[in-house]
Amino acid sequence: MTYANNLHPQQGEKMVFDANPVLNERVTHYCPGCHHGIAHRLVSEVLHELGVADKTILVAAVGCSTFTYDYFNVDSVEAPHGRACAVATGVRRARPEAVVFTYQGDGDMAAIGMAESLHAANRGEKITTVFINNTVYGMTGGQMAPTTLIGQKTTTTRHGRNFSNEGGPIRLTEIMAGLQGVAYAARCALDSVKHVRKAKKAVRLAFDVQLDGLGFGFVELLAGCPTNWHMDPIAANKHIATDMIPIFPLGVFKDVKET
Amino acid sequence: MNTEQMPDRILVKGNEAVAYGAVDAGLRCYFGYPITPQNEIPEILSELLPEHEGVFVQAESEIGAVNMLLGAGACGIPAMTSSSSCGISLMQEGISYMAGSHVPGIIVNMSRGGPGLGDIGPSQGDYFQAVKGGGHGDHRNLVLAPSTAQECYDFMFKALDLAFTYRNPVMLLGDAIVAQIKEPVRRVPPAGTRTPEYLQSLVEDQRIEGYGARGKNARPRLLKSVYLAEGALAEHNRLLQRKYADMRKEALFDCEDVDDAGLVVVAFGSVGRIARSAVRQLRKAGHRIGLFRPVTLYPFPDEALSALARGRRFLVIEQNIGQMAEDVRLAVNGASPVLWHSVMPGLFIGANELVEPILQALNG
Amino acid sequence: MSRVVFLEERCKGCRLCVEVCPMNILRASGRFNRHGYEVVAMDGKCTGCASCAVMCPDTAIRVFKSSGRTAAHEY
Repeated sequence: MTYANNLHPQQGEKMVFDANPVLNERVTHYCPGCHHGIAHRLVSEVLHELGVADKTILVAAVGCSTFTYDYFNVDSVEAPHGRACAVATGVRRARPEAVVFTYQGDGDMAAIGMAESLHAANRGEKITTVFINNTVYGMTGGQMAPTTLIGQKTTTTRHGRNFSNEGGPIRLTEIMAGLQGVAYAARCALDSVKHVRKAKKAVRLAFDVQLDGLGFGFVELLAGCPTNWHMDPIAANKHIATDMIPIFPLGVFKDVKET
Repeated sequence: MNTEQMPDRILVKGNEAVAYGAVDAGLRCYFGYPITPQNEIPEILSELLPEHEGVFVQAESEIGAVNMLLGAGACGIPAMTSSSSCGISLMQEGISYMAGSHVPGIIVNMSRGGPGLGDIGPSQGDYFQAVKGGGHGDHRNLVLAPSTAQECYDFMFKALDLAFTYRNPVMLLGDAIVAQIKEPVRRVPPAGTRTPEYLQSLVEDQRIEGYGARGKNARPRLLKSVYLAEGALAEHNRLLQRKYADMRKEALFDCEDVDDAGLVVVAFGSVGRIARSAVRQLRKAGHRIGLFRPVTLYPFPDEALSALARGRRFLVIEQNIGQMAEDVRLAVNGASPVLWHSVMPGLFIGANELVEPILQALNG
Repeated sequence: MSRVVFLEERCKGCRLCVEVCPMNILRASGRFNRHGYEVVAMDGKCTGCASCAVMCPDTAIRVFKSSGRTAAHEY
């Protein structure tokens, strides 16, 4: 056991976990225990494995994920709040040789940007969307999201989300799976090692359908927001398992390669 | 429809001239949402662009359309959208982001009467929105105001040139008259037209953070409008203002019979054209009247107007409740009287109806 | 025995690595990095499963697995 930062394998050693060059070395602005960092790493690993980083264009959304572009060694375009899928449509159509992905939170994707998201998906735009669902608006300070659970307290649902006033949490992956242009739609979670490994595979498949020209690739990642859930990161992970997954079931909801 | 087989002289509406001009100027992508009175533009481009290996997407809304424009422009590809007043209002968010991110693109506004749903008749009520920025923050669009179908055609070349030279949104501000009037158009690139390839090469200019992915540069390129670090937004705005100051040399106008005129009528777009008929009519009758027609509304040709101010009075005629009149007053800056005559939005007027207000201004 | 490197200046002290380690050999160290986050210490035999690194939101962990026989180094 040592704290020496020797990052190279020594004699007789094999590296079993390393960073990848698509993710730069900047320490993120995300809170301790926030799952954005895991999601970033998964996406970067997939881009690295596919060898497409130097022709990838990231369309960044608005929210905690606005500064995604600070951490990826790829070209980026900032979109207005909710419009990432429309901007990505323009990017992909203008540069058909590029690999294009959006990285959006629940407010950006499923509230203000619902129209742009669904229509880009329905047109079968050859883009990949990574949708981070943490059931809360993080950047603005913990307000209700379209995916906020019934009963969940946020700064704008102080006594808990009430269906009769605010409606229920939107299950976007199920909606996406019903659209003809969507080639792959899956929901994964980032609360455990097993789930993170599964999520990586889903992210890969969501890029594969783009590269194969099959249509819109979509992956929803259930993620923890310890800060706005007022939980420590470990309790937040447990909350995903016990409270979120029953409402947002995991699985592959559409995969044109399998059908 | 092969534009190469079309004759050099065609009889088309302003909207059609915009579409043919855009393709001839090198447009690669169009994104739009239907709205009257500009529908010929998307209708023609939906056929023309794919035939020229271009891209046509009918968006889910004007919000979708302008953000697709942002995406294509961010890649340094000649792209445009078109709409009419209500739709242009929806686009303001995206236009502000384009300006803030130095993204080129063309927005055609064949405006209609407002406020609200208004009507589909002629109106110049979007003047302020077009020339003062329109969206949030201190941003400006370059604004061209065609008065004929020929100018609709020619200005697409100009718009593309300006958009790429300044990496800025360019708006073509027309109205229902310019959009729907059918007249002969010479389908020849205007003198001084630069190739789309050359214009695209301008976006490589590294004075401003570079353009979308090519896979050629080791340094990732980022187009953004958010600057949170202390002082960063101030610096960003200083850069934008320097760019807007540079744009001032692009001011264009059309002048007729002003040298000996005691009264200069100032009017733009279709009203500028109608006013010209009235001015010519009155000239023939011996009145010393001239016409000044701003062709770029931003930058406003204020220096040229200011130079005319001594010994002349001005009459601003516009189809709104007095918008450009404010810019004329600013340009003249008290050096001579600036009068104003309003044509109410939605009305179709003839030159005869302008004769009396012009004479009143001359003699009053 | 495997070698785990903690890039302590990247660590935000979230302890997700501590929670997911199947060998329960990670713990809060009582030491703080320059951002004020308490970093992690390891006591015991690591199997090199990399669960900690997979779960780390800050890419602060690197894992190396020794083949055993040639592990002349005492880490």
